[in-house]
Order: sequence, then structure tokens, then C-alpha cells
Amino acid sequence: MDILSMTAVSLGTAIKNKEVTVREAVEAVLSRIEEKESQYHCYVTVDKEGALSQADEVQRKIDAGELTGPLAGVPVAIKDNMCTEGLLTTCSSKILNNFVPTFSSEAVLNLKKAGAVILGKTNMDEFAMGSTTETSAYGVTKNPWNTEHVPGGSSGGSAAAVAADECFYALGSDTGGSIRQPASFCGVVGLKPTYGTVSRYGLIAYGSSLDQIGPLCKDVTDCAAIMEIIASHDPKDSTSVERKDLDFTSALVDDVKGMKIGIPRDYFGEGLDPEVKEAVLKAAEVLKEKGAVVEEFDLSLVEYAIPTYYTIAAAEASSNLERFDGIKYGYRTEEYEGLHNMYKKSRSEGFGAEVKRRIMLGSFVLSSGYYDAYYLKALRVKALIKKAFDDAFAKYDVILGPVAPTTAPKLGESLSDPIKMYLGDIYTISINLAGLPGLSIPCGVDSKGLPIGLQLIGDCFNEKKLIQTAYTYEQARGAFGRKEDK
Amino acid sequence: MANIISDETIEYVGILAKLELSDEEKEQAKKDMGSMLDYIDKLGELDTTGVEPMSHVFPVKNVFREDVVTNGDDRENILSNAPGEKDGMFVVPRTFE
Repeated sequence: MDILSMTAVSLGTAIKNKEVTVREAVEAVLSRIEEKESQYHCYVTVDKEGALSQADEVQRKIDAGELTGPLAGVPVAIKDNMCTEGLLTTCSSKILNNFVPTFSSEAVLNLKKAGAVILGKTNMDEFAMGSTTETSAYGVTKNPWNTEHVPGGSSGGSAAAVAADECFYALGSDTGGSIRQPASFCGVVGLKPTYGTVSRYGLIAYGSSLDQIGPLCKDVTDCAAIMEIIASHDPKDSTSVERKDLDFTSALVDDVKGMKIGIPRDYFGEGLDPEVKEAVLKAAEVLKEKGAVVEEFDLSLVEYAIPTYYTIAAAEASSNLERFDGIKYGYRTEEYEGLHNMYKKSRSEGFGAEVKRRIMLGSFVLSSGYYDAYYLKALRVKALIKKAFDDAFAKYDVILGPVAPTTAPKLGESLSDPIKMYLGDIYTISINLAGLPGLSIPCGVDSKGLPIGLQLIGDCFNEKKLIQTAYTYEQARGAFGRKEDK
Repeated sequence: MANIISDETIEYVGILAKLELSDEEKEQAKKDMGSMLDYIDKLGELDTTGVEPMSHVFPVKNVFREDVVTNGDDRENILSNAPGEKDGMFVVPRTFE
């Protein structure tokens, strides 16, 4: 039996049926990591010893009947911006180069309660600020489909680890597309849940009003099973929403008859690669043949989402990242004169260029004299964007479009022109502004051999419609070979 | 470029952001911030008169809880992350003369 090619749910079933032991699964994936890490660099930290000791502990609990969930014993990778007790958590930044949290994030605790074995922490853009995983202080991650290309970002390490079979599933976080875009670039499934569905407790904050944790995984069935584990109401996160409809696996139904799907014309204009366009429209055709009602419409305001997002996200980041001051944890500069000089030097040496760029912009748009013109203006436009989606969801169950305008760019091509890089977020970013759920699923491969992602967007709390639509499409599409670089 | 960022502005933002930039970084920051603000100025095309700023997409309310200690004493582990520690306390540069 080839353990590595199994999905998370099929491995969980095999463990439950005693066809595979947890230790066998962990050893298989650890040897895979050892074999492939020098090539792909998906992880900042691999916790080999910890994973093996968790394996024995989890096996004991499964055998004792204490752990009965579908993913008990399945090894998982965690993005390095989620706190893990006793395990280095860097946010891919030099400023947290030695930070060992004394507690775990709620999403990680939920996984542990379900019997997950944590393999390690995946690479990301520093503080989740980027679209390529190239802003990491610990080296770039390479796309397993072609190592000359980026895996996307900011959850690039998580997406690449799933694509390269260096884990069975992973957690990522999504502030403006950081789960869906790397999922698209690496040919895996990714879901950004409705804001408030997964607790942000222990997630190192970037843009608090936009951040959500979600799964990166091999198929839609895994996606639904993981969501049932990580979604929870958490009193420790004041924006956590109490939901009663967390039975995501009940939506794994192969049927879209009568489902109303809207295709925003504004998502198919200038800048969209023709091969991406063709693959996405072909997927819409598949859903139509399965009985969905598919039509085009005008969403409007699409071009205003990026400037709105960068204003709000930078403002929140400048405030959230004030805590990194070299006092209680993290990097402290060697030489300094007095307290303020120590703050300034520690931060200037500890943060990378993109993080500093966003902190500076955020400090500016929040400063006296500019707050109304920039920050409040962006919050007003956010209200208009939310309204445009409300109008769309009065007519449609699901909005369908591309995840990104292109497939994965080459390494080293994106960082020199920030605005051009930000434009790559055009189809993902407004979903975070409106708090909506968005799912990315592979729908083809371009002529360069790189995967193309289909994005399904739902109204707030409508993940199940996305899961049902994606599952139906996946059944019709058939297996999607996660072909790795030879 | 419509937005010209002055040296004074960059100095001021550096103070707000607690960042110390080299001359080279300052020049780059002036350029980057100017072009980002040009881009953000696009929002001015939209009439938002009468639109309330939306900070949260859902109606959020304060979440209260009883003020009860639920975590244990974790001083040793917390201090082990500190760049400077002495006698169970964080070491910081002298701030009062």
C-alpha cells in the first residue's frame, strides 16, 4: 500500500481499520520530507522526534477507543504563524527567530484533540505579507510542479508540502488570498472560511479584520473533514461566531441541480491569462451539464478592492506589529543607546523589506491628517464592496471565477514591482473584505505544465454550498494528478 | 507621480512606526509609498457620501467574561523567551536617570 498517495480521510480510515499504524504513516512522511526538503524547502521546522512520540501516544488512544474521529493519527503541517506550544514559531521572520510559544493556537488544539500528529511548521511570506513565499527570512519554497516557479503565498510552504506529499494536509491562513492562491499554484484544494468560523486565538495577527485559518488538502472530502475539526466557537477570540451548521461533510453530495452560479464578467477582463480563462469557463460548463444554472453578471467595484485592501491591511498590520519590540520575546539588537533606540534598531534589523513597507504605509494612513482621507475612505469603500456581494448573493448561490490571473510565476520575478504583485490578488482579496468563504480547486494545467485553480465564492456561512459544488465538480473532473518535478 | 513624499514625512512615519531606515531605505520608502498612495487615490473616484465606514462585516459586540484566572503560572517558560532576564524579571535598558 502506498501510504503517501492516500488522502487524509483515506489514511484515517486505514489507521482505524488497522491496515496502517500511525507510526508507519509518520515514518513514511518523515522519510519523504528527508528526501525532498533540500529540493522544495516547504518547512521552517520539522519536529521529527515530536512527531514520532505523538504517533505512539495517538496510536495508544486510538487502540483504547479514546480517539475515534476520521483524521485520528493523520500527520499534518502547520503554517509557521500559528503558535505551537514548545515548538519554534517564527512567522518566517528574523524578529521571531527564537520564539518558542508557551501555548498553542485554538485551531492547533482542535487538531490535537482530534488526534492529529503535528510534523512541523511550514514556510511562508514573512508575517504572511506576500504572494510568493519569497519574503521569508528562511529561504524560498519551490513549487513541486516545477522548481523554477514559486508555490504562491503566503501559505506557500503549506500548499507545496501537500502537493509534494510532505504531509497529508496542512493549515494555512488567508488575509487576502493566502490559502486560495498557493492552493491554485500548487494544484491542491484550499478553503478560506467565513470570517469568525475558525478561532484566530494564537494566530499571529496580520490584518485582524481579514485573517482566517483554513485547510490546504488533497481533495474536497478532506477539506470538509478538516473543517469539522478546526471550526469552533472560541470565547478567547472576540470575533468568533457561534455557528450551528458545522456539519460540513453532510455537503459532500454529487448534485448541483438548480444551483444558481453567477460568473462575474469583471473577473474575465484584461490581465487574465487566456489559458486560465479557458480552463475556468470549461469548469463552469461542467457544472452546467450537471444541472446548475450558470449565468454571467456584473459584480462591479472589482478594481477598487486592491487599494481598499492594502490601506486596511497595512493599517491593521502597523498596529498589530507594534508588539515586536525586543523586550519579552524575539530578536533584540546587539548594541543600542537607551530604550527607544533599542526598539528602533531591533525592529529595523528584525523585519524584512516588505513588512517594513507595509508598516510604514499603515502608520501613514492612520496618522493625524490622513486618517479620514485614507483609512476611513477605505472602510467606506469596503461597505460598498460588501453591498455589491450582498446584491449578487440575492441572485446566486455561488460565484465562480479564477483564483489568480495567471499560473505560478517564476522565482525572482515578482518582488521588484510591488504594485504588479498586488494586482495578482485581484480575484481573492474582496472576499476577505466582505468576510465571505472562498474555495480553490484545481481545474486544469496550462501549456507550461502548471496547475490552474477554480475559485468558488459563497455568501457568509455558506461553506456547504461551496463544498457541494466543488465536490460535484471534482467527481466529474476525476483524479487530478499532483505531478511533481522530475 | 502625484504623491511626492518629503524627507520630513518619511522621518515622521519612521518615528510613528519605530523604524530606523538607512538613507537608501528612506529613498526607496519615499518612492514605494508615493506610488502606493497614487494607487490608493483611485478610491477618490467613488462617491462615498453618506456611507458609514465598515470596520466589521458582522455586527460585533463586546464579549465579556468573568475576571477569573484560568491559566497557571508559566513564568519560567515565558521568561525563557526573553532576550534579557534577571531574577524572574525582564531586563530592559535604563529608562530613568
